[in-house]
Formats: sequence, C-alpha cells, structure tokens
Amino acid sequence: MEQIAEVKYALDTFYFLVSGALVMWMAAGFAMLEAGLVRAKNTAEILTKNVVLYAVASIMYMLVGYNVMYGDGLNGVIPGIGFMLGSTDNTVAAVVAGGEDAPYYSSMADFFFQVVFAATCMSIVSGAVAERMKLWSFLAFAVVMTGIIYPVQGFWKWGGGFLDQLGFVDFAGSGVVHLAGAAAALAGVLLLGPRKGKYGPDGAVNAIPGANLPLATLGTMILWLGWFGFNGGSELKLSDVGEANAVAMVFVNTNMAAAGGVAAALITSRLLFGKADLTMVLNGALAGLVAITAEPLAPTALTATLVGAVGGTLVVLSIVMLDRLRIDDPVGAISVHGVSGLWGLGAVMLSNPDASLAGQLTGAGVIFAWVFVTSLAAWALLRAVLGIRVTDEDEYAGVDLVECGLEAYPEFTGK
Amino acid sequence: MKLITAIIKPFKLDDVREALSDVGVQGITVTEVKGFGRQKGHTELYRGAEYVVDFLPKVKVEAAVPKDLVDRVLEAIGRAANTGKIGDGKIFVFDLEQVVRIRTGETGPDAL
Repeated sequence: MEQIAEVKYALDTFYFLVSGALVMWMAAGFAMLEAGLVRAKNTAEILTKNVVLYAVASIMYMLVGYNVMYGDGLNGVIPGIGFMLGSTDNTVAAVVAGGEDAPYYSSMADFFFQVVFAATCMSIVSGAVAERMKLWSFLAFAVVMTGIIYPVQGFWKWGGGFLDQLGFVDFAGSGVVHLAGAAAALAGVLLLGPRKGKYGPDGAVNAIPGANLPLATLGTMILWLGWFGFNGGSELKLSDVGEANAVAMVFVNTNMAAAGGVAAALITSRLLFGKADLTMVLNGALAGLVAITAEPLAPTALTATLVGAVGGTLVVLSIVMLDRLRIDDPVGAISVHGVSGLWGLGAVMLSNPDASLAGQLTGAGVIFAWVFVTSLAAWALLRAVLGIRVTDEDEYAGVDLVECGLEAYPEFTGK
Repeated sequence: MKLITAIIKPFKLDDVREALSDVGVQGITVTEVKGFGRQKGHTELYRGAEYVVDFLPKVKVEAAVPKDLVDRVLEAIGRAANTGKIGDGKIFVFDLEQVVRIRTGETGPDAL
C-alpha cells in the first residue's frame, strides 16, 4: 500500500509538472501571436517584452508572489506577507500516512504550476499596450503585477480567501488569470492612448495590419496546446479512475470550446464584414478557451462547444465596439481575456449547480475592481516618474530601433 | 517601328506572353509596377476596419515591333488581357526612333 501511495504521488507530481511545462509554453504562444499582430518595426521589442516579463514573473513570484497567494492570510481579505520560496518538500512519511490531508504532489511542483499562471496573466497585458509603450515602464509594471496585484486576488480565490468562501467558482482562472490580465491591460491602454494614426477625425477607425499572420496563427495554436496544461493541470490530480476521467473530460471540453470559438468567430466576421478575417478567427479560438476555463469539467462536450461559440461571437463584437470607443488594443487582448473571461464566469452556472449568480458577479466584480484600480494607480505612478509612452518620432521609427537598437527583420524594413 | 507598352493584370501575364509569341513578337520586357486608374485603388478590411490600398500591383509589358505588326499586337494583347472587369489596364503605342542590337551593332528593323 505504501508503495502505491508513493507511486501515485510520483504520478501526480509528474502530471503536474508536465502541465506546468505546457503552460510555460503558452508564453511562446503569446510571443508569437503578438509578434504576428504588430507591425514589423515593433517586433523585436514585443518579443523582448514577452521573454523578459516571463523571467520577471518567475523571479517576483519566487520572491514574494507565491507566499502572498498561498501563505496564511491574516483573514480572508488581507493575505500574509512572506518572502522567498521555501526549500522543504513533503516527506515520505507524510505522503504514505494517507488520509484527507496527505500531500499528493510535490510542493515544488505546485510552485512551478502556479508561477507559470502568474506569467500567463502578465503576458495578456503586453499585447494590448504594444507598439507604443516604453519597454522599461512595462517591465516595472510586470514587477508590481506579478509580485503583488495578481497574487492578492489569487489569494482571495485559490488561496482560500473570501471569494472562495463566498462560493465563487473559477476552476482554472477565467477570472483570476484572464479577467485580471485584461483589467490591468485596460487600465494601461486608457492611460496610454491609441497608436498614432489608429483613429482619425469623424470617428474613423483605421486598420493597422499585423506584419506576420503565419506567426499569429502559430502562436494561437501554441496557446491552444498549452491550454490543455492550463485547464487539465488545474484538476491537480490524475492517479485514480475518477480523476483520470475528470482530466480527460477537461481536455475534451477545452478543445471543444476552442473549436466552437473558431467556428463562431468565423461566421460572425463573415456576417459583419463579408470576409473571413483570420485574425478574428484566431481571437475566436482564444475566446473559446478563455470562456471554458472557469468550468471545463462539468459541461458536456456539446455545452462546452456552445460556451466557446458564445465567447467567439462576443469577442468579434467586442473588438469592433472597443474600436468605436477608441480603446486601441492591437491584439484584442481585452476582448479575448476580459469580455470572454466575464462570459466564462457566468457560463459556469450552465453546468455547475454550486455556482450562484451572486457569487459569480461578486467574484468578477471584485477581481476587476481590484486589478483595474491598483493597475491604474501603478500605471499613473509610472507615467509620472518614467513616462509610459514613447515620443511620436520614436513611435514612427518603431520601438525596435529605439528600445532594442535592432530590428526583427533588418532586410525587409526600411526606417 | 513602334514601342508598345501594356499595363495588365499580373495574372494575365502568361496569356499575354503566349499571344505575343503567336503573332510573331520576338522579345518582350516585363516589369512589376504599381499604380491606379479610374478604379482608384481598392479598400480592404482588417479586424473590422477598412483601409484603402492606393496603388494596385500591375505588370508592365514592353515590346518593340515593326510598324506592320502593330495592329495584330494590339489585338493580341487586348484579347489576352481582357477579363471584362475593372482594372484590366491600358496599352500605349509610341514611335520608336532607333533600335540597336548591342552584340552585332545592327540598327533599325534588322535589330528587332
């Protein structure tokens, strides 16, 4: 029996680590998606932001974020403050003792799985503020976001804080990760303003086509793959028949929601614009994935497809609407992660009887308010101290040359 | 001798090349060009926003031909490049004063 307990521990730890590695790979997905949807002259800089924000998130989460999110809180609202990731892990004796409280995966695996979620949340921000935000101000924001802002609301839900006690349901983070990332992005975009030339007089909305749609497509498919780790890993356990079936169900539903999102976004864009806009289809896949993330286990495969399809429709409408409001989001991050994240939190009620309208609304409202207000304050402070926007001249030249001193495609882009 | 310059749709280049060979044109020069006519470019859509492409890609075909071949060349290009839709292009005919074949030094109609 003891050996079986040890093997189960090893299996669940292994599953957790592989899931975390898949989520880590989503950083590559975001990098490629964003690199594809910005102009060639801003490619190297957005790639720099993506890879460095991942490193910043890892370091900040080790230093303080993980302790804030999963440490002992003072109460359900105020998290404890602790520094540095500990180095002790579970003992054999604790594992084989069995019972309700026995650990069934490594604590280090838990940290690894959680840190890549923090990085994912921050990755959402970079696309929305692309092509005009200063590199160093962005990275400074990443420090605050992954060290404090994200962990505090994470504590409220996944750390056992008041949102969890309230009955707010968010399986893998439609709210905690995606809505949170979108709220931070929205605050940044509002203070930053649109890219030069995006909006003309008399309500004109100008297109600024992305440089490389093959990269954007690759990025979307990478995110789709990574999402199996994001949602599948969030089941936390694999090593008995019930859990294995649950993980398989999560995989199926995650995939179906993305497919539903693609189909719906394609049809919506054909109806609205008369064309099959690939970038909208890509956003539709991601919107479907975000929508199912709050509850990928309880729905049937058909329900999951429909949840994704609603997300895929909403995202196209939202992107058009945000442009009308002159909120410039080059990659559609606010629509994909914010609007579809909200929908996902609501859609939990379709299949999970534990969720209540009051609980879901409170969760969504608290997460949005906390992240939006603290982010707005952080962006405003950065604007006053460092400035958050490059000069018009630098924006025209492209932030690759200005911030990085090199170009992503030196043989194709002139000045 | 006449110099005939035709601006055509890029996908019609092979048809025009063949039609010119059939009527006995010995050589052509082809350039990828951009421009607009009465069509004034066209609009494209990206994420719901329209944008105007001012200059459309076209192909410029140039052929120097003897005077007696001009009508047949015009007819050949006109037939091969015609789609009946807007943007089919135009043909210009110029007088050609002199031609020199560089390798041999031949001049005039012999050099064509």
